[in-house]
Amino acid sequence: MSTEPAPLLELRHVGKTFGGLRSVADLDLDVGEGEIVSLIGPNGAGKTTVFNLITGIYAPDEGEIRLEGRDITGLPPHRIAQLGIARTFQTLRLFLNMSVKENVMAAAYGHTKAGVIRSVLRTPGMRREEREIERLAEERLAFFGDRLVGYRWGQPAYSLSYANRRRLEIARATAVNPKMLLLDEPAAGMNPVETHEITDLIGRLRDEGGYTILVIEHDMHVVEGISDRVVALDHGEKIAEGAFDRVATDPRVVEAYLGTTGTERK
Amino acid sequence: MGSQSDRPLPPEPVEPDGPRVGVDEWVASADRLQDRPAGVAGALRRAGEVVTPPIQLAIFAGLAATVPFWLGTGDLFTYGIFVLLYVLLGLGLNTIVGFAGLLDLGYVAFFGFGAYMYAILSSDHYGIHWPAIVTVPLVVVTTASLGLLLGIPSRRLLGDYLAIVTLFFGQAFVVFVNATNPVVAGKGLTGGPNGIADIDPLSFFGLEATTRTQQYYVLLVSAVLILTGLHFVNQSRTGRALRSLREDPLAAGAIGIPVNRLKLMAFAIGAGIAGFTGCIFGTLLTAVTAGNFDIPILITIYAVVILGGFGSLSGVVLGALVITVSFQFLAPENPQNNARVLFYLLIVLVIVLLLRSWWRVALVLAATVALGVAVQAAVEAVAPSWAGGPVVEGGRLGDLIDSWVLIPEGHQDFGNVAYVALVVAVLAVTQLRPSRRIFALPAVAYLAAVVWETSFVLQPAVARWILFGALLVVLMNVRPQGLLGTPRVEIV
Repeated sequence: MSTEPAPLLELRHVGKTFGGLRSVADLDLDVGEGEIVSLIGPNGAGKTTVFNLITGIYAPDEGEIRLEGRDITGLPPHRIAQLGIARTFQTLRLFLNMSVKENVMAAAYGHTKAGVIRSVLRTPGMRREEREIERLAEERLAFFGDRLVGYRWGQPAYSLSYANRRRLEIARATAVNPKMLLLDEPAAGMNPVETHEITDLIGRLRDEGGYTILVIEHDMHVVEGISDRVVALDHGEKIAEGAFDRVATDPRVVEAYLGTTGTERK
Repeated sequence: MGSQSDRPLPPEPVEPDGPRVGVDEWVASADRLQDRPAGVAGALRRAGEVVTPPIQLAIFAGLAATVPFWLGTGDLFTYGIFVLLYVLLGLGLNTIVGFAGLLDLGYVAFFGFGAYMYAILSSDHYGIHWPAIVTVPLVVVTTASLGLLLGIPSRRLLGDYLAIVTLFFGQAFVVFVNATNPVVAGKGLTGGPNGIADIDPLSFFGLEATTRTQQYYVLLVSAVLILTGLHFVNQSRTGRALRSLREDPLAAGAIGIPVNRLKLMAFAIGAGIAGFTGCIFGTLLTAVTAGNFDIPILITIYAVVILGGFGSLSGVVLGALVITVSFQFLAPENPQNNARVLFYLLIVLVIVLLLRSWWRVALVLAATVALGVAVQAAVEAVAPSWAGGPVVEGGRLGDLIDSWVLIPEGHQDFGNVAYVALVVAVLAVTQLRPSRRIFALPAVAYLAAVVWETSFVLQPAVARWILFGALLVVLMNVRPQGLLGTPRVEIV
């Protein structure tokens, strides 16, 4: 990257401690508009905690998080989602007993208006909005081509296969109409073909959907295929940042993943 | 496939865009098979798909509107009006527990609060006689605000903890009304154990609802309106948001749904409906006392919602109908034959459910009858005093039972011994292998009939509760998700 675009998301000196465990320490992280940034690191490095801090599930103990220059530190999750950050979860959190389409439609809540009284009276405005929500959901599902097509829309989410659940979670996140997508291990549990597909999909999400993407991923092929920039974490600290080749060969990253020669890591 | 198992299978074609990746098609076809079950259950479910909610509502309203024409005034009160009261109460509770998934055990206090507030503002108690058109909206708004207030702990308390806090609230209400009774304007505010009497009837623009028929129609119109409103809410973005926060509050927050605000809203709507029902309840009885709003009512409302199926509006209506009618049907003042018929139907139902095959059921029933006749004849020949007891409440059914069930004359402890033997026999049958159960069933069924005729018929009040409980146990075993509920999948 020759010219740094203005950062969409900024983390400044962000820290979070659970009991005596420092999960994230003094983390600085910028994600520019239209960028795809990968967050890597061994298990327990604090990657998902970073996601939870950005999306407001935890409030950071120290530091500041800004979205488009606006301080979002400590806002409740739904406000942060409404301001433009949507996420998926590593351990899928779909609304299993709702239909596929309803899962996506529910995500339109933040940017729609009709209240209870208008819903009871079924005003023309409310019905128009409902049609728009439905169209939005169909459009977001259609993004996945023949993977989540028509006949599945009415089925409960629990009837989907694992890979389709991952796709549905991404579709749901995009229906929030976010500026930024946080994907937590989108390729986990997928077979090679599906992994290949997900790699393409993340590229398409940026190019066609226009989303800025921060992604946690363990599969280095995926990371290599999609990332503009890679950030490596270990013990909650940033140990390397930059292009994939540089980070992947950085001695500290190699050490974090494999341990130093001859000694075993805890 | 099995015959060629020696040959290695050809490799699966791997194409990025091919349709055979994953098991989606198989899952879909399995689901379609599940969606099309055969037999009576399948036919019923298909019928349920054709009868859409508007048609369901029309059928319910149409049938319910005819009730005053074929039911006497007394029955209209104990059956019609009480079914509708429980429909309304169930709808309110369903909003809190079914839609939003908040376990609120203080719900009945909102019902009581509504009734008492109406009673204070429109009765001789203080001589205030505000018209219902003013009082009812005021009560609804106040109860909804109270619901909001009680909902505030739900921001932090989850599941069992919320249940305990709300249960305390419900009990605190009863104690406050019954025992505290603070003196306001020279008079106990709630009337203490005596309650408040002489409550004004409902009146709208000079039209008073004083007869049972009028009150019934007021309730019916309210129920239809609230059902319609809740159905529309359920279909709207608010309904989807409530469902998603019930499924997974964390994920709901992450997609921009204000979880806490929606929980409070559910609490307020549910409480408002309960308060409204309280107003009508007060005018129906023309008096309110604390005992009307205690735990038994709470349990009954929960039974209505659970039996109907959490989150299902038509389920609430069906649940209220089944619970109220079966409970009133078994009331001690009704003929014993009611309970007797239900008891024998229950036995047949259990046998059907255990065997699930018509010819086996027929076999077991025939064996039961034969066994009874044989035992009766044998005992009469050997020791007549053990078989000559009178049947409680005769009639044609009584005659049949007389020649079939062993009822001893003058052997006091026989009933108790038989009861213990029945419990042991039932436990033993559950331990048997299903294929052997069929041989034990006739004897157990006959023993159950003997116990009923020698013990339970003599204590109708007790028998009523046991039968009611047994009915609920059987129904919930058949459909754990409730009669019209959708089975929920928690973890897959």
